[in-house]
Amino acid sequence: MKLSPDETIFWEHGFVTINLTIVTTWAIMLVLVIAAVLITRKLRTDIRISRWQCILEMLVTTINNQIEEIGLKKPKDYIGFIGTLFIFIVASNILIILPWYEPPTGSLSTTAALAICVFMAVPFFGIAKTGLLGYLKSYLQPTFIMLPFNLISEITRTLALAVRLFGNIMSGGMIIAILLSITPFIFPIVMKALGLLTGMVQAYIFSILATVYIAAAVHDSKPLDKGKLITTKN
Amino acid sequence: MQINWFTVIAQVLNFLILVWLLKRFLYKPILKAIDEREEKIAAQIKDAEAQDTSAKKEQIEFLKKNETFDKEKKKLMDNAIAETNEERQKLLEDARNEAAELRSNLEKSLKEMQENLNRDIVLKTQQEVFAIARKTLADLASLSMEEQSANIFIKRLYALTIEEKEQFIEAFKQDSNLLAAGHDPILVQSAFDLLEKQQTGIKSAVNAILGTETHFQFKTAPEIISGIELTSNGYKLAWSISAYLNSLQKSISETMKEEPN
Repeated sequence: MKLSPDETIFWEHGFVTINLTIVTTWAIMLVLVIAAVLITRKLRTDIRISRWQCILEMLVTTINNQIEEIGLKKPKDYIGFIGTLFIFIVASNILIILPWYEPPTGSLSTTAALAICVFMAVPFFGIAKTGLLGYLKSYLQPTFIMLPFNLISEITRTLALAVRLFGNIMSGGMIIAILLSITPFIFPIVMKALGLLTGMVQAYIFSILATVYIAAAVHDSKPLDKGKLITTKN
Repeated sequence: MQINWFTVIAQVLNFLILVWLLKRFLYKPILKAIDEREEKIAAQIKDAEAQDTSAKKEQIEFLKKNETFDKEKKKLMDNAIAETNEERQKLLEDARNEAAELRSNLEKSLKEMQENLNRDIVLKTQQEVFAIARKTLADLASLSMEEQSANIFIKRLYALTIEEKEQFIEAFKQDSNLLAAGHDPILVQSAFDLLEKQQTGIKSAVNAILGTETHFQFKTAPEIISGIELTSNGYKLAWSISAYLNSLQKSISETMKEEPN
Protein backbone atom coordinates (compact mmCIF):
# COMPACT_ATOMS: atom_id res chain seq x y z
CA MET A 1 0.00 0.00 0.00
CA LYS A 2 1.36 3.36 -1.05
CA LEU A 3 1.28 6.00 1.63
CA SER A 4 2.22 8.91 -0.64
CA PRO A 5 1.78 9.74 -4.33
CA ASP A 6 5.53 10.35 -4.31
CA GLU A 7 5.93 6.66 -4.59
CA THR A 8 4.26 6.52 -8.00
CA ILE A 9 7.16 7.42 -10.24
CA PHE A 10 6.75 8.10 -13.96
CA TRP A 11 10.27 9.01 -14.88
CA GLU A 12 13.52 9.02 -12.98
CA HIS A 13 16.98 10.18 -13.86
CA GLY A 14 19.35 10.33 -10.93
CA PHE A 15 18.14 12.98 -8.49
CA VAL A 16 15.41 14.13 -10.86
CA THR A 17 12.20 12.26 -10.30
CA ILE A 18 8.88 12.94 -12.00
CA ASN A 19 6.29 11.37 -9.72
CA LEU A 20 2.51 11.54 -9.36
CA THR A 21 2.73 14.42 -6.87
CA ILE A 22 4.51 16.68 -9.35
CA VAL A 23 2.31 15.66 -12.24
CA THR A 24 -0.88 16.17 -10.28
CA THR A 25 0.41 19.55 -9.10
CA TRP A 26 1.04 20.56 -12.69
CA ALA A 27 -2.43 19.44 -13.65
CA ILE A 28 -3.97 21.43 -10.80
CA MET A 29 -1.87 24.45 -11.72
CA LEU A 30 -2.98 24.16 -15.32
CA VAL A 31 -6.64 23.87 -14.38
CA LEU A 32 -6.41 26.85 -12.01
CA VAL A 33 -4.57 29.07 -14.47
CA ILE A 34 -6.85 28.19 -17.38
CA ALA A 35 -9.94 28.80 -15.23
CA ALA A 36 -8.51 32.13 -14.05
CA VAL A 37 -7.66 33.19 -17.59
CA LEU A 38 -11.06 32.14 -18.92
CA ILE A 39 -12.98 33.93 -16.21
CA THR A 40 -10.89 37.08 -16.04
CA ARG A 41 -10.87 37.37 -19.84
CA LYS A 42 -14.32 38.92 -19.83
CA LEU A 43 -14.20 40.94 -16.65
CA ARG A 44 -16.65 43.79 -16.48
CA THR A 45 -16.62 46.83 -14.31
CA ASP A 46 -20.34 47.48 -14.59
CA ILE A 47 -22.83 47.05 -11.80
CA ARG A 48 -24.04 43.83 -13.41
CA ILE A 49 -21.40 41.09 -13.77
CA SER A 50 -21.25 37.43 -14.83
CA ARG A 51 -21.83 34.62 -12.31
CA TRP A 52 -18.27 33.30 -12.58
CA GLN A 53 -16.86 36.75 -12.06
CA CYS A 54 -19.13 37.15 -9.09
CA ILE A 55 -17.91 33.83 -7.59
CA LEU A 56 -14.28 34.79 -8.14
CA GLU A 57 -14.82 38.26 -6.71
CA MET A 58 -16.51 36.74 -3.66
CA LEU A 59 -13.58 34.37 -3.21
CA VAL A 60 -10.96 37.09 -3.58
CA THR A 61 -12.88 39.53 -1.39
CA THR A 62 -13.35 36.89 1.30
CA ILE A 63 -9.64 36.05 1.32
CA ASN A 64 -8.87 39.77 1.43
CA ASN A 65 -11.22 40.28 4.37
CA GLN A 66 -9.77 37.29 6.21
CA ILE A 67 -6.24 38.61 5.80
CA GLU A 68 -7.36 42.05 6.95
CA GLU A 69 -9.23 40.64 9.94
CA ILE A 70 -6.10 38.88 11.10
CA GLY A 71 -4.30 42.19 11.13
CA LEU A 72 -2.52 42.79 7.86
CA LYS A 73 -3.48 46.32 6.89
CA LYS A 74 -2.74 45.97 3.19
CA PRO A 75 -4.18 42.61 2.19
CA LYS A 76 -3.42 43.21 -1.49
CA ASP A 77 0.28 42.77 -0.77
CA TYR A 78 -0.27 39.31 0.74
CA ILE A 79 -3.21 37.91 -1.22
CA GLY A 80 -0.89 36.59 -3.93
CA PHE A 81 0.84 34.29 -1.48
CA ILE A 82 -1.88 33.48 1.05
CA GLY A 83 -4.67 33.30 -1.52
CA THR A 84 -2.67 30.95 -3.74
CA LEU A 85 -1.86 28.80 -0.71
CA PHE A 86 -5.55 28.51 0.10
CA ILE A 87 -6.74 28.00 -3.46
CA PHE A 88 -4.06 25.40 -4.22
CA ILE A 89 -4.80 23.38 -1.08
CA VAL A 90 -8.55 23.64 -1.60
CA ALA A 91 -8.24 22.56 -5.24
CA SER A 92 -5.94 19.69 -4.29
CA ASN A 93 -8.28 18.46 -1.58
CA ILE A 94 -11.56 18.99 -3.43
CA LEU A 95 -10.45 16.99 -6.43
CA ILE A 96 -10.57 13.78 -4.33
CA ILE A 97 -14.09 13.42 -5.66
CA LEU A 98 -12.44 12.32 -8.90
CA PRO A 99 -11.75 8.55 -9.08
CA TRP A 100 -8.13 7.38 -8.82
CA TYR A 101 -7.12 10.85 -7.83
CA GLU A 102 -4.47 11.23 -5.22
CA PRO A 103 -4.11 14.67 -3.74
CA PRO A 104 -0.59 16.13 -3.82
CA THR A 105 -1.24 17.46 -0.33
CA GLY A 106 -1.22 13.84 0.81
CA SER A 107 2.50 13.89 0.09
CA LEU A 108 4.79 15.05 2.88
CA SER A 109 7.06 16.50 0.21
CA THR A 110 4.31 18.85 -0.96
CA THR A 111 3.23 19.89 2.52
CA ALA A 112 6.89 20.33 3.48
CA ALA A 113 7.38 22.46 0.36
CA LEU A 114 4.36 24.60 1.29
CA ALA A 115 5.59 24.89 4.89
CA ILE A 116 9.04 25.90 3.65
CA CYS A 117 7.37 28.52 1.48
CA VAL A 118 5.62 29.89 4.57
CA PHE A 119 8.88 29.65 6.51
CA MET A 120 10.58 31.72 3.83
CA ALA A 121 7.67 34.10 3.36
CA VAL A 122 7.62 35.19 7.00
CA PRO A 123 11.09 36.84 6.97
CA PHE A 124 10.50 37.97 3.37
CA PHE A 125 7.40 39.99 4.27
CA GLY A 126 8.82 40.96 7.66
CA ILE A 127 11.98 42.42 6.13
CA ALA A 128 10.03 44.03 3.31
CA LYS A 129 7.81 45.76 5.83
CA THR A 130 10.04 46.61 8.78
CA GLY A 131 13.56 46.23 7.37
CA LEU A 132 16.21 43.64 8.29
CA LEU A 133 16.92 45.03 11.76
CA GLY A 134 13.28 45.48 12.58
CA TYR A 135 12.63 41.89 11.60
CA LEU A 136 15.56 40.50 13.57
CA LYS A 137 14.45 42.50 16.61
CA SER A 138 11.19 40.56 16.58
CA TYR A 139 13.18 37.49 17.72
CA LEU A 140 14.17 39.39 20.88
CA GLN A 141 10.59 40.11 21.82
CA PRO A 142 9.49 40.46 24.57
CA THR A 143 13.11 39.98 25.89
CA PHE A 144 16.37 38.58 24.48
CA ILE A 145 15.88 35.54 26.69
CA MET A 146 13.08 34.53 24.37
CA LEU A 147 15.47 34.34 21.35
CA PRO A 148 16.06 30.55 21.47
CA PHE A 149 12.39 29.93 22.08
CA ASN A 150 11.46 32.14 19.19
CA LEU A 151 13.89 30.30 16.92
CA ILE A 152 12.58 26.91 18.04
CA SER A 153 9.02 28.17 17.58
CA GLU A 154 9.90 29.24 14.05
CA ILE A 155 11.14 25.79 13.11
CA THR A 156 8.57 23.75 14.97
CA ARG A 157 5.62 25.62 13.66
CA THR A 158 6.87 25.09 10.13
CA LEU A 159 7.21 21.43 10.85
CA ALA A 160 3.77 21.38 12.44
CA LEU A 161 2.29 23.07 9.40
CA ALA A 162 3.76 20.44 7.10
CA VAL A 163 2.85 17.46 9.20
CA ARG A 164 -0.66 18.68 10.08
CA LEU A 165 -1.71 19.03 6.48
CA PHE A 166 0.04 15.88 5.37
CA GLY A 167 -1.37 13.85 8.26
CA ASN A 168 -4.93 14.97 7.74
CA ILE A 169 -5.01 14.45 4.00
CA MET A 170 -2.93 11.29 3.96
CA SER A 171 -4.99 9.76 6.75
CA GLY A 172 -8.18 10.63 4.91
CA GLY A 173 -6.90 8.91 1.77
CA MET A 174 -5.64 5.97 3.79
CA ILE A 175 -8.97 5.49 5.57
CA ILE A 176 -10.82 5.53 2.25
CA ALA A 177 -8.37 3.03 0.77
CA ILE A 178 -8.72 0.73 3.76
CA LEU A 179 -12.50 1.09 3.85
CA LEU A 180 -12.74 0.37 0.13
CA SER A 181 -11.05 -2.95 0.74
CA ILE A 182 -13.31 -3.75 3.71
CA THR A 183 -16.69 -2.22 2.84
CA PRO A 184 -16.62 -1.21 -0.79
CA PHE A 185 -20.15 0.26 -0.79
CA ILE A 186 -21.65 3.39 0.72
CA PHE A 187 -19.29 3.89 3.64
CA PRO A 188 -16.33 5.11 1.57
CA ILE A 189 -18.64 7.79 0.10
CA VAL A 190 -19.42 9.10 3.56
CA MET A 191 -15.75 9.11 4.39
CA LYS A 192 -15.00 10.91 1.16
CA ALA A 193 -17.53 13.58 2.04
CA LEU A 194 -15.86 13.88 5.40
CA GLY A 195 -12.53 14.04 3.58
CA LEU A 196 -13.85 16.98 1.52
CA LEU A 197 -14.77 18.82 4.69
CA THR A 198 -11.43 18.00 6.31
CA GLY A 199 -9.62 19.20 3.20
CA MET A 200 -11.45 22.52 3.22
CA VAL A 201 -10.80 23.02 6.93
CA GLN A 202 -7.13 22.16 6.51
CA ALA A 203 -6.78 24.61 3.65
CA TYR A 204 -8.34 27.29 5.82
CA ILE A 205 -6.15 26.47 8.81
CA PHE A 206 -2.98 26.36 6.76
CA SER A 207 -3.71 29.74 5.18
CA ILE A 208 -4.80 31.35 8.42
CA LEU A 209 -1.73 30.15 10.26
CA ALA A 210 0.50 31.41 7.46
CA THR A 211 -1.25 34.78 7.68
CA VAL A 212 -0.84 34.86 11.45
CA TYR A 213 2.87 34.14 11.18
CA ILE A 214 3.34 36.81 8.55
CA ALA A 215 1.26 39.28 10.53
CA ALA A 216 3.40 38.64 13.60
CA ALA A 217 6.48 39.25 11.51
CA VAL A 218 5.34 42.56 10.04
CA HIS A 219 4.47 43.86 13.52
CA ASP A 220 1.20 45.43 12.60
CA SER A 221 -0.89 42.57 13.80
CA LYS A 222 -3.63 43.13 16.24
CA PRO A 223 -3.48 41.28 19.58
CA LEU A 224 -4.44 37.78 18.64
CA ASP A 225 -7.77 36.40 19.58
CA LYS A 226 -6.44 33.23 21.15
CA GLY A 227 -9.81 31.64 21.54
CA LYS A 228 -10.43 32.05 17.87
CA LEU A 229 -7.02 30.63 17.02
CA ILE A 230 -7.56 27.61 19.21
CA THR A 231 -10.90 26.88 17.69
CA THR A 232 -9.38 26.92 14.22
CA LYS A 233 -6.80 24.32 15.16
CA ASN A 234 -7.87 20.89 14.25
CA MET B 1 6.61 8.40 5.13
CA GLN B 2 9.59 9.81 3.32
CA ILE B 3 10.46 13.18 2.01
CA ASN B 4 11.61 13.30 -1.56
CA TRP B 5 13.77 16.41 -1.61
CA PHE B 6 13.61 16.78 -5.37
CA THR B 7 9.84 16.75 -5.09
CA VAL B 8 10.05 19.31 -2.28
CA ILE B 9 12.16 21.63 -4.43
CA ALA B 10 9.95 21.00 -7.43
CA GLN B 11 6.82 21.70 -5.38
CA VAL B 12 8.34 24.91 -3.95
CA LEU B 13 9.08 26.04 -7.50
CA ASN B 14 5.66 24.90 -8.66
CA PHE B 15 4.05 26.80 -5.86
CA LEU B 16 6.03 29.97 -6.53
CA ILE B 17 5.17 29.71 -10.23
CA LEU B 18 1.53 29.22 -9.32
CA VAL B 19 1.71 32.28 -7.05
CA TRP B 20 3.06 34.35 -9.92
CA LEU B 21 0.54 32.95 -12.41
CA LEU B 22 -2.45 33.49 -10.17
CA LYS B 23 -1.26 36.96 -9.27
CA ARG B 24 -0.95 37.70 -12.95
CA PHE B 25 -4.18 36.10 -14.15
CA LEU B 26 -6.49 36.11 -11.15
CA TYR B 27 -5.88 38.56 -8.30
CA LYS B 28 -4.68 41.54 -10.26
CA PRO B 29 -7.53 41.55 -12.83
CA ILE B 30 -10.13 40.75 -10.22
CA LEU B 31 -8.92 43.35 -7.73
CA LYS B 32 -8.58 45.85 -10.54
CA ALA B 33 -12.13 45.14 -11.67
CA ILE B 34 -13.39 45.46 -8.09
CA ASP B 35 -11.48 48.70 -7.60
CA GLU B 36 -12.72 50.09 -10.88
CA ARG B 37 -16.26 49.18 -10.07
CA GLU B 38 -15.93 50.67 -6.60
CA GLU B 39 -14.46 53.79 -8.12
CA LYS B 40 -17.26 53.89 -10.62
CA ILE B 41 -19.85 53.46 -7.89
CA ALA B 42 -18.07 56.02 -5.74
CA ALA B 43 -17.98 58.39 -8.70
CA GLN B 44 -21.67 57.75 -9.32
CA ILE B 45 -22.45 58.37 -5.66
CA LYS B 46 -20.28 61.46 -5.75
CA ASP B 47 -22.05 62.59 -8.90
CA ALA B 48 -25.39 61.87 -7.31
CA GLU B 49 -24.34 63.77 -4.21
CA ALA B 50 -23.06 66.62 -6.34
CA GLN B 51 -26.31 66.60 -8.26
CA ASP B 52 -28.20 66.44 -5.01
CA THR B 53 -26.19 69.35 -3.63
CA SER B 54 -26.64 71.23 -6.87
CA ALA B 55 -30.34 70.43 -6.90
CA LYS B 56 -30.68 71.57 -3.28
CA LYS B 57 -28.74 74.70 -4.08
CA GLU B 58 -30.90 75.31 -7.09
CA GLN B 59 -33.97 74.59 -5.02
CA ILE B 60 -32.85 77.10 -2.40
CA GLU B 61 -32.03 79.57 -5.15
CA PHE B 62 -35.36 78.90 -6.79
CA LEU B 63 -37.19 79.35 -3.50
CA LYS B 64 -35.24 82.53 -2.89
CA LYS B 65 -36.05 83.76 -6.36
CA ASN B 66 -39.64 82.76 -5.89
CA GLU B 67 -39.75 84.66 -2.64
CA THR B 68 -38.13 87.69 -4.25
CA PHE B 69 -40.50 87.39 -7.15
CA ASP B 70 -43.46 87.19 -4.79
CA LYS B 71 -42.20 90.20 -2.90
CA GLU B 72 -41.67 92.13 -6.10
CA LYS B 73 -45.03 91.04 -7.37
CA LYS B 74 -46.66 92.18 -4.14
CA LYS B 75 -44.74 95.43 -4.28
CA LEU B 76 -45.70 95.97 -7.90
CA MET B 77 -49.29 95.05 -7.14
CA ASP B 78 -49.33 97.43 -4.19
CA ASN B 79 -47.78 100.13 -6.30
CA ALA B 80 -50.22 99.42 -9.10
CA ILE B 81 -53.15 99.52 -6.67
CA ALA B 82 -51.85 102.71 -5.11
CA GLU B 83 -51.28 104.24 -8.53
CA THR B 84 -54.69 103.12 -9.68
CA ASN B 85 -56.30 104.58 -6.59
CA GLU B 86 -54.36 107.77 -7.09
CA GLU B 87 -55.27 107.86 -10.76
CA ARG B 88 -58.88 107.15 -9.88
CA GLN B 89 -58.86 109.91 -7.32
CA LYS B 90 -57.25 112.19 -9.85
CA LEU B 91 -59.73 111.21 -12.55
CA LEU B 92 -62.59 111.61 -10.11
CA GLU B 93 -61.22 114.98 -9.10
CA ASP B 94 -60.80 115.96 -12.73
CA ALA B 95 -64.28 114.71 -13.55
CA ARG B 96 -65.61 116.57 -10.55
CA ASN B 97 -63.77 119.71 -11.56
CA GLU B 98 -64.95 119.30 -15.13
CA ALA B 99 -68.48 118.69 -13.97
CA ALA B 100 -68.23 121.73 -11.73
CA GLU B 101 -66.86 123.77 -14.61
CA LEU B 102 -69.55 122.48 -16.93
CA ARG B 103 -72.15 123.21 -14.30
CA SER B 104 -70.67 126.63 -13.83
CA ASN B 105 -70.65 127.17 -17.61
CA LEU B 106 -74.18 125.89 -17.79
CA GLU B 107 -75.24 128.17 -14.98
CA LYS B 108 -73.38 131.00 -16.62
CA SER B 109 -74.95 130.33 -19.97
CA LEU B 110 -78.35 129.89 -18.30
CA LYS B 111 -77.76 133.15 -16.52
CA GLU B 112 -76.74 134.74 -19.78
CA MET B 113 -79.75 133.28 -21.47
CA GLN B 114 -81.88 134.53 -18.62
CA GLU B 115 -80.26 137.90 -18.85
CA ASN B 116 -80.66 137.98 -22.61
CA LEU B 117 -84.25 136.97 -22.22
CA ASN B 118 -84.76 139.56 -19.54
CA ARG B 119 -83.07 142.14 -21.70
CA ASP B 120 -85.19 141.15 -24.67
CA ILE B 121 -88.28 141.24 -22.51
CA VAL B 122 -87.28 144.62 -21.14
CA LEU B 123 -86.46 145.91 -24.62
CA LYS B 124 -89.66 144.53 -26.02
CA THR B 125 -91.63 145.88 -23.08
CA GLN B 126 -89.90 149.21 -23.51
CA GLN B 127 -90.65 149.25 -27.21
CA GLU B 128 -94.24 148.17 -26.57
CA VAL B 129 -94.61 150.69 -23.80
CA PHE B 130 -93.31 153.46 -26.02
CA ALA B 131 -95.35 152.26 -28.95
CA ILE B 132 -98.45 152.23 -26.75
CA ALA B 133 -97.51 155.60 -25.30
CA ARG B 134 -96.93 157.04 -28.75
CA LYS B 135 -100.17 155.55 -30.01
CA THR B 136 -102.12 156.73 -26.99
CA LEU B 137 -100.58 160.20 -27.05
CA ALA B 138 -101.08 160.45 -30.83
CA ASP B 139 -104.70 159.50 -30.32
CA LEU B 140 -105.04 162.06 -27.58
CA ALA B 141 -103.31 164.88 -29.48
CA SER B 142 -105.65 167.65 -30.66
CA LEU B 143 -105.72 171.35 -31.60
CA SER B 144 -106.52 172.39 -28.09
CA MET B 145 -103.59 170.40 -26.80
CA GLU B 146 -101.49 171.93 -29.57
CA GLU B 147 -102.50 175.35 -28.50
CA GLN B 148 -101.60 174.52 -24.95
CA SER B 149 -98.23 173.17 -26.00
CA ALA B 150 -97.54 176.32 -28.09
CA ASN B 151 -98.19 178.38 -25.01
CA ILE B 152 -95.87 176.24 -22.93
CA PHE B 153 -93.21 176.48 -25.65
CA ILE B 154 -93.44 180.28 -25.73
CA LYS B 155 -93.18 180.33 -21.92
CA ARG B 156 -90.13 178.22 -22.07
CA LEU B 157 -88.51 180.44 -24.65
CA TYR B 158 -88.86 183.30 -22.27
CA ALA B 159 -87.62 181.16 -19.44
CA LEU B 160 -84.33 180.21 -21.16
CA THR B 161 -81.19 180.62 -19.06
CA ILE B 162 -78.46 183.05 -20.10
CA GLU B 163 -76.17 180.22 -21.24
CA GLU B 164 -78.89 178.64 -23.33
CA LYS B 165 -79.68 182.01 -24.85
CA GLU B 166 -75.98 182.56 -25.71
CA GLN B 167 -75.75 179.14 -27.39
CA PHE B 168 -78.89 179.92 -29.36
CA ILE B 169 -77.59 183.33 -30.44
CA GLU B 170 -74.21 181.78 -31.45
CA ALA B 171 -75.96 179.19 -33.59
CA PHE B 172 -78.08 181.82 -35.15
CA LYS B 173 -75.07 184.06 -35.97
CA GLN B 174 -73.13 181.21 -37.59
CA ASP B 175 -76.16 180.58 -39.73
CA SER B 176 -76.54 184.14 -40.93
CA ASN B 177 -74.50 183.27 -44.04
CA LEU B 178 -77.30 180.98 -45.04
CA LEU B 179 -79.65 183.92 -45.28
CA ALA B 180 -77.92 185.01 -48.44
CA ALA B 181 -78.60 181.60 -49.97
CA GLY B 182 -82.32 182.19 -49.30
CA HIS B 183 -82.67 179.54 -46.60
CA ASP B 184 -84.91 180.26 -43.64
CA PRO B 185 -82.56 180.23 -40.67
CA ILE B 186 -85.17 179.11 -38.13
CA LEU B 187 -87.39 176.11 -38.67
CA VAL B 188 -90.43 175.65 -36.47
CA GLN B 189 -92.05 172.18 -36.64
CA SER B 190 -95.36 171.18 -35.07
CA ALA B 191 -97.70 168.16 -35.17
CA PHE B 192 -100.61 170.36 -36.30
CA ASP B 193 -100.66 173.62 -38.22
CA LEU B 194 -100.00 176.51 -35.85
CA LEU B 195 -102.50 179.33 -35.64
CA GLU B 196 -101.46 182.83 -36.68
CA LYS B 197 -101.56 183.98 -33.09
CA GLN B 198 -99.30 181.14 -31.96
CA GLN B 199 -96.86 181.78 -34.86
CA THR B 200 -96.67 185.42 -33.91
CA GLY B 201 -96.13 184.56 -30.26
CA ILE B 202 -93.20 182.32 -31.16
CA LYS B 203 -91.76 184.89 -33.58
CA SER B 204 -91.88 187.66 -31.04
CA ALA B 205 -90.36 185.50 -28.35
CA VAL B 206 -87.48 184.42 -30.61
CA ASN B 207 -86.90 187.90 -31.88
CA ALA B 208 -86.81 189.10 -28.30
CA ILE B 209 -84.03 186.60 -27.52
CA LEU B 210 -82.04 187.35 -30.67
CA GLY B 211 -82.71 191.08 -30.53
CA THR B 212 -83.30 191.19 -34.29
CA GLU B 213 -86.01 190.42 -36.90
CA THR B 214 -85.56 187.16 -38.74
CA HIS B 215 -87.37 184.78 -41.07
CA PHE B 216 -89.29 181.78 -39.84
CA GLN B 217 -90.38 178.65 -41.60
CA PHE B 218 -93.33 176.80 -40.11
CA LYS B 219 -93.70 173.12 -40.93
CA THR B 220 -96.16 170.40 -39.91
CA ALA B 221 -94.57 167.08 -38.69
CA PRO B 222 -97.06 164.44 -37.35
CA GLU B 223 -94.18 162.22 -35.91
CA ILE B 224 -93.68 164.82 -33.20
CA ILE B 225 -97.08 163.59 -31.82
CA SER B 226 -97.66 166.75 -29.88
CA GLY B 227 -95.56 169.87 -29.20
CA ILE B 228 -93.22 172.27 -31.05
CA GLU B 229 -89.60 172.04 -32.16
CA LEU B 230 -87.43 175.03 -33.09
CA THR B 231 -84.25 174.20 -35.03
CA SER B 232 -81.48 176.55 -36.06
CA ASN B 233 -78.24 175.24 -37.55
CA GLY B 234 -78.11 172.12 -35.37
CA TYR B 235 -79.33 173.93 -32.24
CA LYS B 236 -82.70 172.69 -31.23
CA LEU B 237 -85.27 173.99 -28.82
CA ALA B 238 -88.18 171.66 -28.36
CA TRP B 239 -91.07 170.88 -26.27
CA SER B 240 -92.79 167.82 -27.63
CA ILE B 241 -93.98 164.44 -26.39
CA SER B 242 -91.75 162.81 -28.99
CA ALA B 243 -88.73 164.56 -27.54
CA TYR B 244 -89.66 163.41 -24.04
CA LEU B 245 -90.17 159.87 -25.22
CA ASN B 246 -86.85 159.88 -27.12
CA SER B 247 -85.08 161.25 -24.10
CA LEU B 248 -86.69 158.60 -21.86
CA GLN B 249 -85.85 155.80 -24.29
CA LYS B 250 -82.27 156.98 -24.50
CA SER B 251 -81.99 157.09 -20.74
CA ILE B 252 -83.45 153.54 -20.28
CA SER B 253 -81.19 152.09 -22.98
CA GLU B 254 -78.12 153.56 -21.32
CA THR B 255 -79.19 152.17 -17.97
CA MET B 256 -79.67 148.70 -19.46
CA LYS B 257 -76.26 148.82 -21.09
CA GLU B 258 -74.63 149.59 -17.75
CA GLU B 259 -76.46 146.77 -15.92
CA PRO B 260 -74.57 143.71 -17.27
CA ASN B 261 -71.30 145.12 -15.87
